[in-house]
Amino acid sequence: MKIHEYQAKELMKKYGIPVPEGRVVHSVESAVEAVGPLIESTGNRVVVLKSQIHAGGRGKGRFKEHPDLGGVSVVLNGLEGGIPAVERRVRQLAEMMLGSTLVTVQTGAQGKIVNKLYLEQGIDIDRELYLSVVLDRAQGRNIVMASTEGGTEIEEVAARNPEKILRATIDPAIGMAHFQAHALAYNLGLKEMAYKNAKRFMLSLAAAAERLDTDLVEINPLVVTKEGEVLALDGKMSFDNNALYRHKDIQAMRDMTEEDPAEIEASEYGLSFIKLEGSIGCLVNGAGLAMSTMDIIKHVGGEPANFLDVGGGATAENVTAAFKIITQDPNVKGIFINIFGGIMRCDTIASGVVAAVREVGLEVPLVVRLEGTNVELGKQIIEDSGLNVINAGNMKDGARKIVELSA
Amino acid sequence: MSILVDNSTRVIVQGIGGTGKFHTDKAIAYGTQVVAAVHPTRGGEAEHFEGKTDSSGLPDAPQNYSVRVPIFPTVKEAVAKTEANASVIYVPAPFAADAILESADAGVELIVAITEGIPIMDMVKVKRYLEGKSTRLIGPNCPGVITPHQCKIGIMPGYIHQGGRIGVVSRSGTLTYEAVYQLTQNGLGQTTAVGIGGDPVNGTDFVDVLELFEQDPDTDGVILIGEIGGTAEEEAASWIEKNMTKPVAAFIAGATAPPGKRMGHAGAIISGGQGTATDKISALRHAGVVVAPTPTDMGEAMLEALRVAGR
Repeated sequence: MKIHEYQAKELMKKYGIPVPEGRVVHSVESAVEAVGPLIESTGNRVVVLKSQIHAGGRGKGRFKEHPDLGGVSVVLNGLEGGIPAVERRVRQLAEMMLGSTLVTVQTGAQGKIVNKLYLEQGIDIDRELYLSVVLDRAQGRNIVMASTEGGTEIEEVAARNPEKILRATIDPAIGMAHFQAHALAYNLGLKEMAYKNAKRFMLSLAAAAERLDTDLVEINPLVVTKEGEVLALDGKMSFDNNALYRHKDIQAMRDMTEEDPAEIEASEYGLSFIKLEGSIGCLVNGAGLAMSTMDIIKHVGGEPANFLDVGGGATAENVTAAFKIITQDPNVKGIFINIFGGIMRCDTIASGVVAAVREVGLEVPLVVRLEGTNVELGKQIIEDSGLNVINAGNMKDGARKIVELSA
Repeated sequence: MSILVDNSTRVIVQGIGGTGKFHTDKAIAYGTQVVAAVHPTRGGEAEHFEGKTDSSGLPDAPQNYSVRVPIFPTVKEAVAKTEANASVIYVPAPFAADAILESADAGVELIVAITEGIPIMDMVKVKRYLEGKSTRLIGPNCPGVITPHQCKIGIMPGYIHQGGRIGVVSRSGTLTYEAVYQLTQNGLGQTTAVGIGGDPVNGTDFVDVLELFEQDPDTDGVILIGEIGGTAEEEAASWIEKNMTKPVAAFIAGATAPPGKRMGHAGAIISGGQGTATDKISALRHAGVVVAPTPTDMGEAMLEALRVAGR
């Protein structure tokens, strides 16, 4: 699960990790009202207005409606004009940003609508660094990654200057050790206050990552001020969905407006669904089989409209729900149901499909490939239904048939 | 011969409620020796299983079975009383990591964790705990392990399996069934099929299982089924190139998966350009593995790999 920057910073604050002061706002008026108190509290007349969406690259991103405007704006007007000048500029910016569509490298061409802004104090930056805590799957442990190349995508650093990425593996029985934080801070070239603060920052961040069951915590940039302060200028956090049951506070941070409505509906039925751009709807049991069903459709010249795994314990009701979700997509020109019944019986799937077709109708070709437990019974149910369903002998045969029929 | 499990394997069930009970019944019907169950509040009780024997399981078994499985309060006691050497875990995700630790602490040699949805941090700690111990963990989030006609631990349908000479190792449940079914159809059959699971942190990886199949005199070749995410397939490829004398066929799922999206399995995600199907396929091909273009061709790819190796 992903959260917004302002939420990540709230969490960091709780764990003693220094972040700039800021306020989240949902309207132009509240953005303007937040200016005075923020400036009075920090004593800094420079503020930054940041779009809050679940995607990176906001600074370089541009609004569809305002092609010259980036997703993050630094407001310098206060240096000359004081608080009223800041308020005027914040009003102007907020009016343009709120409700507009921000397109970044991570949003795709359709972009994301900005519903929230984060008004934050300006920071006098001396150095920009990079810091993250992420699972290293090969080791089965979290690692802390640090780099002097702050502000740049870490994948880019890894490709161009891999030697500039420092790593420390966290032993889960111990947590990040002081010597590890020392080595990273020292090798980042930090001295005196900055060195001390960076060490403390890293130890707190590593501990927070473990306690919060994060999937990823990325601070890019991590900034050092002339005074030796170390702060998270940006903060990205995502969480292990499997661990959310033990973090009610994080569950409450979920922003449904950032998710695809069909994906939300599917998750309510215990279905794993991901919307894609193609025209062949897929209904499959098992994640591996569902992925390779998409692959085989592409292999025979089609494009999959979705990934859908009904899971091992699906009922006829789940299958009906899955079928409805697929048929809601106007791009779908054909449906391929591919089931290898193990625990899930083919007759269950067949009953679900028949019920769904009766309920929502069938306006596109439907190819069904059933194999495994109770396969004959399943085929019989479909045959007896009198519905216009095409049987397939195996996966490849099924994929070919549906691609031909929907062409 | 086979790997990991055979007709001498004695199994404890952890999590004998709903799902666990259903699959325990199927395992017993197949002929698996389920010798005990563990439940924190039901020690001293027992579960009875009876029904018609699965004819695809143990050869020459009576037509019907009736088995009483005693329940113990702890794994340690169950092991002491029954000499069990394996356990299977159906415990719900929030408690599953603890169940693994308990079995490992009791010295169980083989733990098969079926449970899906265990928090990653729990598995990170479990993996650390298992370091230096002789216990082997399979899974979690896997279909289990089966040696046809001898022992079935997990949720796979028994009847699609046929004893033979090919080892199967896979990150995906249903794709394992596809491969097994094709091997049964083309007559090659299986020595043992191992699901290592779809989670990012698991107990046993491809290399561990390949090593076992390489040493097993009855295994002539191996099918490896991978998917996007992580680098386990690349590590397997490099191990195969250096150490494997037996032919290997493979299939990798997820060539069309969009980056940054978790494709059903917690571990199936392309992140930061890493873990793509293309990288995995080219690493495996480079190591001389025959990679099937589609899952329908897995059996054929194995035949091809055997032909190339002159077997």
